[in-house]
Amino acid sequence: MKFDTPAATNPIDQLKVVGKATDRIDGPLKTTGTAPYAYERHDVVANQAYGFIVGSAIAKGRISRMDVAAAKAAPGVIAVVTAENAGTLGKGKWNTAVLLGGPEIQHYHQAVALVVAETFEQARDAASLIRVDYQAEAGAYDLAAARDGAAVAKGEPDSTVGDFTGAYAAAPVQLDATYTTPDQGHAMMEPHATIAAWNGDKLTLWTANQMINWGVKDVSQTLNIPVENIRLISPYIGGGFGGKLFVRSDALMAALGAKVAGRPVKVALTRPLMFNNTTHRPATIQRIRIGATREGRITAIGHESWSGDLPGGKPETAVQQTRLLYAGANRLTAMRLAVLDLPEGNAMRAPGEAPGLMALEIAMDEMAEKLGMDPIQFRILNDTQEDPEKPGRPYSQRQLAECLRQGAERFGWAKRNPKPASMREGRWLVGMGVAAGFRNNLVTKSAARVRLDGQGMVTVETDMTDIGTGTYTIIAQTAAETMGVPLDKVAVRLGDSSFPVSCGSGGQWGANNSTAGVYAACMKLRQAVARKLGFNAAEPQFADGHVSSGGHTMPLAQAAKDGELVAEDLIEYGDLDKKYQQSTFAGHFVEVVVDSATGEIRLRRMLAVCAAGRILNPKSARSQVIGAMTMGAGAALMEELAVDKRRGFFVNHDLAGYEVPVHADIPHQEVVFLDEVDPISSPMKAKGVGELGICGVGAAVANAVYNAIGVRVRDYPITLDKVLDHLPEMT
Amino acid sequence: MKPFTYERATSPADAAAKAASIPGARFIAGGTNLLDLMKLQIETPAHLIDVNGLGLDKIEETPDGGLRIGALVRNTDLAADIRVRRHYGVLSRALVAGASGQLRNVATTAGNLLQRTRCPYFYDPNQPCNKRQPGSGCSAIGGISRQLGVVGTSEACIATHPSDMAVAMRVLDAMVETVRPGGATRAIPIADLHRLPGDTPHVETTLEQGELITAVTLPKPVGGVQLYHKVRDRASYAFALVSVAAIVQPGGTNGIAWGRVALGGVAPKPWRVEAAEAHMKQGAKAVTAGLLADARPTADNRFKIKLAERTLAAVLTEARG
Ligand SMILES: Cc1cc2nc3c(=O)[nH]c(=O)nc-3n(C[C@H](O)[C@H](O)[C@H](O)COP(=O)(O)OP(=O)(O)OC[C@H]3O[C@@H](n4cnc5c(N)ncnc54)[C@H](O)[C@@H]3O)c2cc1C
Ligand code: SF4
Repeated sequence: MKFDTPAATNPIDQLKVVGKATDRIDGPLKTTGTAPYAYERHDVVANQAYGFIVGSAIAKGRISRMDVAAAKAAPGVIAVVTAENAGTLGKGKWNTAVLLGGPEIQHYHQAVALVVAETFEQARDAASLIRVDYQAEAGAYDLAAARDGAAVAKGEPDSTVGDFTGAYAAAPVQLDATYTTPDQGHAMMEPHATIAAWNGDKLTLWTANQMINWGVKDVSQTLNIPVENIRLISPYIGGGFGGKLFVRSDALMAALGAKVAGRPVKVALTRPLMFNNTTHRPATIQRIRIGATREGRITAIGHESWSGDLPGGKPETAVQQTRLLYAGANRLTAMRLAVLDLPEGNAMRAPGEAPGLMALEIAMDEMAEKLGMDPIQFRILNDTQEDPEKPGRPYSQRQLAECLRQGAERFGWAKRNPKPASMREGRWLVGMGVAAGFRNNLVTKSAARVRLDGQGMVTVETDMTDIGTGTYTIIAQTAAETMGVPLDKVAVRLGDSSFPVSCGSGGQWGANNSTAGVYAACMKLRQAVARKLGFNAAEPQFADGHVSSGGHTMPLAQAAKDGELVAEDLIEYGDLDKKYQQSTFAGHFVEVVVDSATGEIRLRRMLAVCAAGRILNPKSARSQVIGAMTMGAGAALMEELAVDKRRGFFVNHDLAGYEVPVHADIPHQEVVFLDEVDPISSPMKAKGVGELGICGVGAAVANAVYNAIGVRVRDYPITLDKVLDHLPEMT
Repeated sequence: MKPFTYERATSPADAAAKAASIPGARFIAGGTNLLDLMKLQIETPAHLIDVNGLGLDKIEETPDGGLRIGALVRNTDLAADIRVRRHYGVLSRALVAGASGQLRNVATTAGNLLQRTRCPYFYDPNQPCNKRQPGSGCSAIGGISRQLGVVGTSEACIATHPSDMAVAMRVLDAMVETVRPGGATRAIPIADLHRLPGDTPHVETTLEQGELITAVTLPKPVGGVQLYHKVRDRASYAFALVSVAAIVQPGGTNGIAWGRVALGGVAPKPWRVEAAEAHMKQGAKAVTAGLLADARPTADNRFKIKLAERTLAAVLTEARG
């Protein structure tokens, strides 16, 4: 199905199933611990051996000697894989560093060996017997120090509109401020894990991966085997946040281990290995300049960002939202990429916008204060209904102002005293903050297959993944709505590369595109059903498990009485995303209290008002947003991979050292979805919310802290040591 | 994890004797610290002696009106004990400020006292660390040291002792009872249990090889307002940046008749300087000046000094009522 004109009324608009708050259909499996995650698939193949990965002890340099003899001789050991016996390996398109290092080492904890043994404990013990001698080389580990040498990244030219320099210089009110965000880890619950089994030259990987088709291609490219020989199976994923977009060392090493051992091998990354072995959200330094008239109209807006990555890597696109979010005739956005020898930087929930808005939305707060304006009013005044870089290109929907207005109303914004450090309750200083949330809606093709059997059961198959977001459920809702059956008449099978290729889970594009693909396949199945039942004339109705047309009604199951009906289709897009800017919006509101003695910052209330197209399942959408708000709170207040700049690695590489919020940190969270449908987006008229929820939260917290104590912290995370010197004197 | 053998001791004296005679033997109590370290091969005992089930899990009153806490009493049970809550509030408060409910259900009194540091370099076997590998150097000095110690540290090691419970016990003048390999018992003032690192940071206590902690005794209640204030980056489930255990008797000139205070999160052991307590009436600044007179912070953790002072000030304000 080609989607190249705005959606007209279609079966989804019935909203009998879609749009209803629906429990996850996979919920019972999750709550009973019976959803099979990759490492626990003891039943899929017999004779599984255990692999344990050894990570490099240096960040940069070479292995000069490696002695695996003791490990090989250790009890239970079946095989040891290193670069020396792994054969010639390629590198996946989505990997910056190779997944198996040696002799060259590109980053700390890069895999250098895998020990395969009969038990996990034997493999782990033997792994410690491997002696590796390294020749360490000096590397670059400090973004601030590498900043001046940073260059324009490939495919990321500067973007200018009008005369930024002139307009900024002429602006009566100016802000020029620099902000920093640290490296952050995905820290999802389930570690990267894979079971690999070879059958002749065919490889099956039961793994945890968000993007099955990318994965197949990258395994093919890395192992130099044809894609037809590879099967990836990933039906349940214990969180990813972008950390599982790509094939990682667990999958490669399991495949290599299984080959050398001659039997299936399972590998999970240990928690202490995850932070340096895999990818992370790179740190940024961001300079923002805003010039405005005294009335508060932005005349010049400039956003420059510096980040680092391994050679051949990509920048963190932190200026992305600034190209689109606010009006202003003169604009400059630019990114510079430094070469750093830290582990690979890559996508983490809302790459670009999440750190970008952490800076931009503080800058907006600072500017509003300079102008003596309310920060909501300032944002609304500079709202735009068109792409500010390409005047005349409208937004498909843009209800940012409404998000902010409704949010202000609900949150009691009027009670905020704009004068910092003026609200106090006993020991606590109280502050409120606001920020805009913004994240683009990306459209990308997605396919599905639908089957109808003689019992009237509809089965959907697509290689789409559910990373804990609720994909199973919205896909079932889509099929139920389109085929006119109740939810329990739909079975959904996901995460298998033998199924049609979907959009996968990432960039908050999963929900809209994957359901649109399922819708397309269902519409094709409807045609097959109609033909089979002899409804050739008018467009038949599908409802309550029946099909009717011209006064005749027949059970849907009847169409499959002679055998299953199968239809496959995909959604593909025309140029509506070129003609229209498609984005999602939020107003984030936060109330914090700051301990006037210790500077400890605690959240009291959080509210997000979101405008993100049709909300397919308000229940799981809310879960996505509150989860993202929690992650945003973590980014604001505690999350930081601490870089040892001498040795080039993230020091706090476990969950005791890398702090993410716990329950006690997260207060009452309220989420409101504005009533919105976006017919430009897809036949589902939906967009994404999974990343919108994090975008802007950090700055809302920062702005609330400023309101509470009058201290502007521009370097995240906002920990108490950064405010301690500015707290009221104690008696 | 290295292969190891395991046995259950039959009595405290048996446990101590075996621990001294079997090479590489270690006691295991709740295992919440030891097992984690074994998985990382930071601890590599050849033999584990399980000291659960030796009857060391009781809390009894002592003849002089104090409390004798068995070494195997779980942190949860100790925190909930009505006598502890009534007369040793600082201990109860410190316990519930530590770890998580699940961990406290398993963690024991002795294990808590002997838990090892949380210095991140100690946890990474690739990195030099004098405590883990004597003579290899200290990675934290000149590295990431925000969490680490500011006082009592040395050129060889700046790690802190992470326990909350021990800080409260220090302010309560607890005694640590042990049985030695030969069967003799002794009582060690908690102040003398943990050693400062000097140039041997791997030697952390004054216990001898095989010496088993059997109990911790608390002297008879001293009254006062008993508070524990733990400051951390997140609201729960995090080690202290700074903690203050205080017993304060309100009254007198400045609202304080007398007081005792110990700090956590700043030193290789619960940090108390009795002489500093004489300044209690002058307030937090004077007391902290005495407590941290010899502080040698890093650039990363200098803030702990001010934080300690302000936290103590808040505690004193609260204690005055
Ligand atoms: C994630 C996490 C967070 C934590 N947070 C905190 C916190 O915030 N505050 C805090 O205070 N603690 C915290 N802890 C530490 C926790 O309190 C300790 O792990 C626990 O108290 C150790 O007790 P255990 O009985 O499990 O000791 P074990 O692990 O069994 O033993 C620890 C050590 O004590 C020795 N030992 C045990 N019993 C005896 C005995 N009777 N005589 C002599 N030696 C003995 C063992 O040989 C071993 O060396 C945390 C731990 C974890 C894992
Ligand atoms: S501070 Fe102590 S524990 Fe930490 S690295 Fe230095 S020697 Fe090791």
